[in-house]
Amino acid sequence: MKLEGTVFKYGDNVDTDVIIPARYLNSSDPKELSSHCMEDIDSTFTEKVREGDIIVAKKNFGCGSSREHAPIAIKAAGISCVIAQTFARIFYRNAINIGLPIVECPEAADSIRPGDRVVVDLDTGIITDQTLGMSWKGQAFPPFMQKIIQAGGLIPYINAKND
Amino acid sequence: MGMTMTQKILAHAAGLETVHAGDLIEADLDLVLGNDITSPVAIREMDRFNSDKVFDKDKIALVMDHFIPNKDIKSAEHCKCVREYAKKHDITNYYDVGQMGIEHALLPEKGLVVAGDVVIGADSHTCTYGALGAFSTGVGSTDMAAGCVTGKAWFKVPSAIRFHLTGKPAAYVSGKDIILHIIGMIGVDGALYQSMEFTGDGIRYLTMDDRFTIANMAIEAGGKNGIFPVDDETIRYMEEHSTKKWTAFEADPDAEYEKEYTIDLSKLRPTVAFPHLPENARTIDEVGEIPIDQAVIGSCTNGRLSDLFAAASVLKGRHVAKDVRCIIIPATQKVYLQALEEGLLKIFIEAGAVVSTPTCGPCLGGYMGILAGKERCVSTTNRNFVGRMGAVDSEIYLASPAVAAASAVAGRIASPEEI
Repeated sequence: MKLEGTVFKYGDNVDTDVIIPARYLNSSDPKELSSHCMEDIDSTFTEKVREGDIIVAKKNFGCGSSREHAPIAIKAAGISCVIAQTFARIFYRNAINIGLPIVECPEAADSIRPGDRVVVDLDTGIITDQTLGMSWKGQAFPPFMQKIIQAGGLIPYINAKND
Repeated sequence: MGMTMTQKILAHAAGLETVHAGDLIEADLDLVLGNDITSPVAIREMDRFNSDKVFDKDKIALVMDHFIPNKDIKSAEHCKCVREYAKKHDITNYYDVGQMGIEHALLPEKGLVVAGDVVIGADSHTCTYGALGAFSTGVGSTDMAAGCVTGKAWFKVPSAIRFHLTGKPAAYVSGKDIILHIIGMIGVDGALYQSMEFTGDGIRYLTMDDRFTIANMAIEAGGKNGIFPVDDETIRYMEEHSTKKWTAFEADPDAEYEKEYTIDLSKLRPTVAFPHLPENARTIDEVGEIPIDQAVIGSCTNGRLSDLFAAASVLKGRHVAKDVRCIIIPATQKVYLQALEEGLLKIFIEAGAVVSTPTCGPCLGGYMGILAGKERCVSTTNRNFVGRMGAVDSEIYLASPAVAAASAVAGRIASPEEI
């Protein structure tokens, strides 16, 4: 599967409090959560984001709270993939469990610029920045996690396994 | 090659002789935890299972603690959803207004976690129970849902960093100062995906409350878990609070650690983390003049009885500075009652502080102490991210209860030594 979109670029340690501030966690509705996504570090994100766009960030993306509302908000905002140098571990797990594609690739995360057009091939792990004319290979998921992703998340995976 | 303490627990829970860092395993769970923010999402996910039957009604804990007593209609709907779920499935350990406490203070107090347990919780500070020699880690709502139905979770076996603690901490150096010092040393991703294993004879000078505070903030260094060996203090605590059977696991002498640090606790000073990351640690001597608008004393990190005693020892006979709001939040109903019986609430109220019933409220900017633009708060909570407690341009300084109380009196960040 290939994902293509325009890049929103952020720095180190983007925490779940800025991805979706806790003041909005009295809702668990994905659309409502997405309407506040990233607003504390990027007030124009929700206006500008288009279906399929891609977030690129530096190290430790999604650190902080375990709130699954964070990947849910990102996914519901239309983001097709998050590329980062590294992800915080609970965010990493949550993204796989809800079916939000994520790729660890330090080189791509360094080079890709805001506004670039990027294509991510999830089958090969190859990230291509069409604006820069550069490509990188992201870190492949272990086979076990690939199965969860292919099933569409943890719960369909468990259902299929138990059938 | 031997196993770390965490690896031993995980191997046992997975029914394996040995495990190695990087192995993917499926482990049996002793407890699955959720709160009023994360459980509604998990309950919605459970509807997608072929069966929504819970694996064991005694091994699920649902604690309403973030936005309760309900702060608005939406949070009331969330609690209602969890309450109905708990009723439908006859969940034994459901804690609502009147019985609840902040989850990570409540569960050990109720004896629901003991040494050797494997616990997942849909709350990042679930790592707190490592203080008891358990493996516990934070997960999201979907993992919680899967745990409630199957009683199992998948884990990537973590490698470990060893923190060898020696020496006796000086007065006013608490568990909070130790963990802020460590996070300052290794950074907010210094233990990413790893266990933080604490060893050394310095541990005997740490109370259980100190250890809970230290393990609680392992996540602020990116850690999967933080864990302490089981000693007499742990056993005393478990015997006082629990009837559950416990097992003490020990790291093998030849266990492999990716890094090792030795920390002489006697050299540490009261420590404050500056905005906007817990790694921005400075000793109290390096703080300078930082006027404050608010002080918060409480949370899953520092809302236990010893924390309130530390605050009271500073506030007794003194008054909160004129332009400062001081908010004190006992972590559980039991702590609240003990604080009442010990005369601490009187000390707080006479000092001009406000005392709330248990809630996570201000820690995550929910309610009960939201900051306006450009306001500063010294707080005993665990995160000082941008906008965490309110306005995007407000500031949070993380500190111990004694430093927070001294700061409330001084009107600026201050050491209890100078009050």
